[in-house]
Amino acid sequence: MTQSILTQNKTAYFKGLKCKECGTEYKAEAIHVCEMCFGPLEVNYDFSSLKGRITRKEIESGPNSIWRYRQFLPVETNDPIDMGTGMTPLLKSHRLARQLGLENLYIKNDAVNMPTLSFKDRVVSVALTRARELGFTTVSCASTGNLANSTAAIAAHAGLDCCVFIPSDLEAGKVIGTLVYAPTLMAVHGNYDQVNRLCSEVANTHGWGFVNINLRPYYSEGSKTLGYEVIEQLGWELPDHIVAPLASGSLFTKIYKGFNEFVEVGLVEGKPVRFSGAQAEGCSPIAQAYKEGRDFINPVKPNTVAKSLAIGNPADAVYALDIARKTNGQIESVTDAEIIAGMKLLAETEGIFTETAGGTTIAVLKKLVEAGKINPDEKTVVYITGNGLKTMEAVQGYISEPFTIEANLDSFERALERSRTLERLDWEPVLV
Amino acid sequence: MSIKVLIPTPLQKLTNDKATVECQADTISALLESLDQNCPGIKARLCDDQGELRRFVNFYVNNEDIRFLEGKSTALQDGDEVSIIPAIAGG
Repeated sequence: MTQSILTQNKTAYFKGLKCKECGTEYKAEAIHVCEMCFGPLEVNYDFSSLKGRITRKEIESGPNSIWRYRQFLPVETNDPIDMGTGMTPLLKSHRLARQLGLENLYIKNDAVNMPTLSFKDRVVSVALTRARELGFTTVSCASTGNLANSTAAIAAHAGLDCCVFIPSDLEAGKVIGTLVYAPTLMAVHGNYDQVNRLCSEVANTHGWGFVNINLRPYYSEGSKTLGYEVIEQLGWELPDHIVAPLASGSLFTKIYKGFNEFVEVGLVEGKPVRFSGAQAEGCSPIAQAYKEGRDFINPVKPNTVAKSLAIGNPADAVYALDIARKTNGQIESVTDAEIIAGMKLLAETEGIFTETAGGTTIAVLKKLVEAGKINPDEKTVVYITGNGLKTMEAVQGYISEPFTIEANLDSFERALERSRTLERLDWEPVLV
Repeated sequence: MSIKVLIPTPLQKLTNDKATVECQADTISALLESLDQNCPGIKARLCDDQGELRRFVNFYVNNEDIRFLEGKSTALQDGDEVSIIPAIAGG
């Protein structure tokens, strides 16, 4: 009885899972690796019934969240976990654009995504909705911080038990921003790659749903919404060029997939879009492979201020390399100093405080413009995926100090004069 | 020389659902042959037609990725632990 009611309430366009390497098909269960060739499994859809039938209007009248694209996501329920995730602002940049010499720059601002201020809320909303459908009562993840925040928060909202694993050296904001939701938090001595390896050994022993391991095929699909939203917010048009951060490479490949799916079903007119990726020099296995013309990566041991990008053995690197090359994009890396400067530049010109990953992306955008790799009139979208309040340590010592004054006019006037002197000192070198 | 090998779930059908297997081998290459004798067919899952490790397979010797060591020639000592781990998305 219950079963049939549930079935009536379901409309799914995904058929199962399929190996991205050898094409072997599997049922839509909690598995992520092909038994035949170890390739990653990806959700397999049949959009033929949506083709030419789904309308822009239908999507626009949906919820103000990622769930307006539900038909394109791997869940069966009509009642997903919806905390208002997605539909973050797409800002037309004026001041940053002018500073860089670009005329058509947009900023997709997931620093204000809900509920935990990073793009991870998109993937976790999808993963936990699917986890519930598959019958999991405990969810888990290996995380560089943002994913831990998101998994713990959305699990709390959905009433799921939660155990998350992080490297023990994470920024305080990311640790507190996880613990407040009262999950079990394991801080592992080691880097993210070691945490990940531990989790893949734990994954199948406790019957938990690991969002980025056994639920990964569902989880990663959530990033497609960063592609869909940009199309919709540009007035149902594709951009000419996107710049996004690269950690595992998954986000990058899913934005590409999202664009292609909307072209496939006829929601947007197809055209070439260039895909450029951003890495931190202290963890740049994909950028190194790109420069050296390799189609495989050599893993590295991360050492960078951009901890949310510190994946030394990125799983989707080969696909990210392929996309950047075939779309005539670039993969570039920047130093920690450039990353901090990128964070400050975005804050000072656009009023957006992003974390180190966003600083990396802005710094790479700047580097590509200066190298003549982005035309000034290209419609360029830069993806800001996380919030600076979580990584305040990164900018400490690089921003100014407050003027501490007495509560009287004299003290204020003296401090104001002093601040103007400082300002002059600041821009004098620029004028020379 | 006895080596303990941790087998990932996708391969446990070939090891009678066992999560660990004991092997005799002095390098990773030799370990692949030894594994294949104990669990026929397992090498074909881990290596491509040229005999190279597939690109989404990671081997670790005592917690270190063999790509930081000598790759398939990495020497093994008695009591070493080898993990076979699929590549994982981030973070």
